[in-house]
Amino acid sequence: MFSFAISFIAIFLLIISAVSDRKKTMIALKIAGKTALNLMPFLLIIIIVIGFLLTFVPGHLIARVIGKNSGFAGVLVSALIGSILLIPHFVTAPLAASLLRQGAGIMAIAAFITTLVMVGTVTLPMEMKTMGRKFAIWRNLLSFGFALFIALIMGLVLK
Amino acid sequence: MNKTLRQWFIFIVLVILVCAIYPFQPEKTVSILKISKNYLQEMLGILPAVLILLGLLDVWIPKKIVERTLGENSGILGTGIAFLIGTAAAGPLYVAFPIAASLLKKGARVFNIAIFLCSWAAIKIPMIMFETEFLGWQFTVLRLLLTIPSAILIGLIMEKIIGFKEA
Repeated sequence: MFSFAISFIAIFLLIISAVSDRKKTMIALKIAGKTALNLMPFLLIIIIVIGFLLTFVPGHLIARVIGKNSGFAGVLVSALIGSILLIPHFVTAPLAASLLRQGAGIMAIAAFITTLVMVGTVTLPMEMKTMGRKFAIWRNLLSFGFALFIALIMGLVLK
Repeated sequence: MNKTLRQWFIFIVLVILVCAIYPFQPEKTVSILKISKNYLQEMLGILPAVLILLGLLDVWIPKKIVERTLGENSGILGTGIAFLIGTAAAGPLYVAFPIAASLLKKGARVFNIAIFLCSWAAIKIPMIMFETEFLGWQFTVLRLLLTIPSAILIGLIMEKIIGFKEA
């Protein structure tokens, strides 16, 4: 199992790290703990939302809007939703997996994930303030365009 | 802290909602809890390892040295490093904006900074692990193979539009 392999690697690296530098390792563990605490409520929310989603939204509805046969319109819809939502990295994959299980198409899911992480409508004002208006707008526009391109190819390759 | 508290509050409201459904449609409540339990188990199986790796990366990758190697003459090495820190660093994208802005001010190329932001956003190590677990390695590998050249193209296009350096 993948999670088993990763756990093994993590423990192995942790031991190496602890042997070479105790102090740094403690800081690393503190960072891990802090991240876990910050992440916990959102993870729990998403888990319950997935429960609701899979229980109440009928699979055929998801399949019709963003399913295999929804074509480019379905990809566009998922890309737009992905651009608007702001979700931590950790929960994008489980959420996407639950949508797939309900009949969403690979193309739409690839568009959803890619725009989710690369395009940030909610964070755009902040990006414009720190990075400059031109930089922020172009980065988001180009990311959206390339997300559609990535989704198209993934949909064609993976089916 | 405030944000976390709000999230806990939303979670509790959701739990109450799940319980409130029970008298009317008990099978729905059971279904929600069963699905949630499965996802929770799957997440807890991988989360501790991912968090430990995240902490180790954050501690062992020297950021100060990296800041100096992203400038105009950094070439492929600078671009590679931009990729690597973006991938290894912790936190959501909006954490990266101030860092990216300060790198630009210190003389980093627009090309490198665009790549830094793209890799920070789309190819984070913890995300790759979660993605492999939930969506399979074919999906993950293909997405990475497509995202890396896309990031490079985005960087090139942005440097064409904005210029070598951003004021």
